[in-house]
Amino acid sequence: MDAFISTYVWPGLIIVAQSLLLLVLLLVSIAFILLADRKIWAAVQLRRGPNVVGPFGLLQSFADLLKFVFKEPVIPATANKVIFLLAPLVSVTLALATWAVIPVNDGWMIANINVGILYIFAISSLEVYGIIMGGWASNSKYPFLGALRSAAQMVSYEVSIGFVIVTVLLCVGSLNLSDIVNAQSDGLGTRLGLPPSFLDWHWLALFPMFVVFFISALAETNRPPFDLPEAESELVAGFMVEYGSTPYMMFMLGEYAAICLMCALTTILFLGGWLPPVDVWFLNWVPGIVWFVLKALLVFFMFAMVKAFVPRYRYDQLMRLGWKIFLPISLAMVVITAFVLKLTGWSP
Amino acid sequence: MGLQALFFYLFAFVAVASAFMVIASRNPVYSVLFLILTFFNAAGLFLLTGAEFLAMILLVVYVGAVAVLFLFVVMMLDIDFAALRAGVLEYAPVGALIGVILAIELIVVIGGSTLSPEIASNISMPIPPVAERTNTAALGDVLYTHYVYFFQIAGLVLLVAMIGAIVLTLRHKPNIKRQNISQQVARTPETAVEVVKVKPGQGI
Repeated sequence: MDAFISTYVWPGLIIVAQSLLLLVLLLVSIAFILLADRKIWAAVQLRRGPNVVGPFGLLQSFADLLKFVFKEPVIPATANKVIFLLAPLVSVTLALATWAVIPVNDGWMIANINVGILYIFAISSLEVYGIIMGGWASNSKYPFLGALRSAAQMVSYEVSIGFVIVTVLLCVGSLNLSDIVNAQSDGLGTRLGLPPSFLDWHWLALFPMFVVFFISALAETNRPPFDLPEAESELVAGFMVEYGSTPYMMFMLGEYAAICLMCALTTILFLGGWLPPVDVWFLNWVPGIVWFVLKALLVFFMFAMVKAFVPRYRYDQLMRLGWKIFLPISLAMVVITAFVLKLTGWSP
Repeated sequence: MGLQALFFYLFAFVAVASAFMVIASRNPVYSVLFLILTFFNAAGLFLLTGAEFLAMILLVVYVGAVAVLFLFVVMMLDIDFAALRAGVLEYAPVGALIGVILAIELIVVIGGSTLSPEIASNISMPIPPVAERTNTAALGDVLYTHYVYFFQIAGLVLLVAMIGAIVLTLRHKPNIKRQNISQQVARTPETAVEVVKVKPGQGI
């Protein structure tokens, strides 16, 4: 019995505690990130944004949360009830499940699995189900059109994201997320004889891929300018038209969790994760998680700015960008990167 | 060990039950959703045997891409599935035959390796211990190092099939207006604007 407790019960409890801690921190930061998104958007348009609830409107997201939770959820009479309620659950669960493998500091993750990057790729490719199921179960025209659009869009952009990940993996030689970050402690800069710095990170060596990944991440998370599944000027709110109160909030939460995940993933793949930008003692003294969060927030700031000043793409333009521009570029980069690594002998 | 067995039975039971529901459920959308659940549990079983790469690829390829297209088609088509279902008994013997053949093959493979475990030593590329080579790297050794030519030939076969599919479906319709981005970007005032001197009272 003692062996059972020491091998199963205690490790199990520790994992549960870690997961809860991560979940609470993540949800609280999502609340503020949502506010930041609205504030940045407002600032670009010379508005004030939410500024009533709490100082500078800091508590706006929590007020919204209460409002959503206390509203009555309305399920359309012709909707498929089970799938209608399952869809937001799937969406939010998948978006949060991915965070289990994200290393926010050296060794700070819940599950250190060998195929971490593939796990993230697999789970984020499933997020389309939340949207399709929601759109279909609503049994209504606009949600269905939104669901169809999003299915085609997310499948298309996953292809180029996959190739971007392949180029990064070629430079790293491992699918483990911590290995990917540690591999960036020496890179282009140190090979040119410079001390370890931000020039070693993959964003410089793989700059075209960095751009392709950033734009594909926007498309993958249905952010503007690629928010065609919910384009409010044509589809009202796309797949979410029939949703209200808590189910709607869960879609929203899933969307923002996925956005934060993409910011974290960009940080890990291209911006050196928890590594300090320059190798000097006082920057090394700052805990790695601070660097990680700062970098992820920087990427999120770019996400928010793109939302504020890029107009929405038309559907055929979106498909053209994905299949005719990003796919050839990323395929060519895979070949070029492999050749360069092999010829210079830098391959790990 | 107990926990592994527990998860094995959990995944196996859910996989078999949802595979049954794929053919038993009346609504085709439910069928596809149950198929996805089956894939998920198959991935779980792969994970239990240590084939982590295969598990993730199963999720990426089958659940993330193939099943999405299934769902896409099933939702869009308005098929009378009750009419399709009427003929199910005609095809039942063929289906049962295929099922029996697959079952016999499985029994031969599993029974063979259970009765004489030394068969495993005849495998030309045995699975290396996890501690020395990760699952992904071991698969890469087999595909890209030892059997690279066969892999390339398989790729060529797929390429031919892909080109065939494109040739069969490609239609050039002459009267469709398309956006030609390079043409748009290459426009200059000289090519786009014509300045006409109009005499008063005459028009163009």
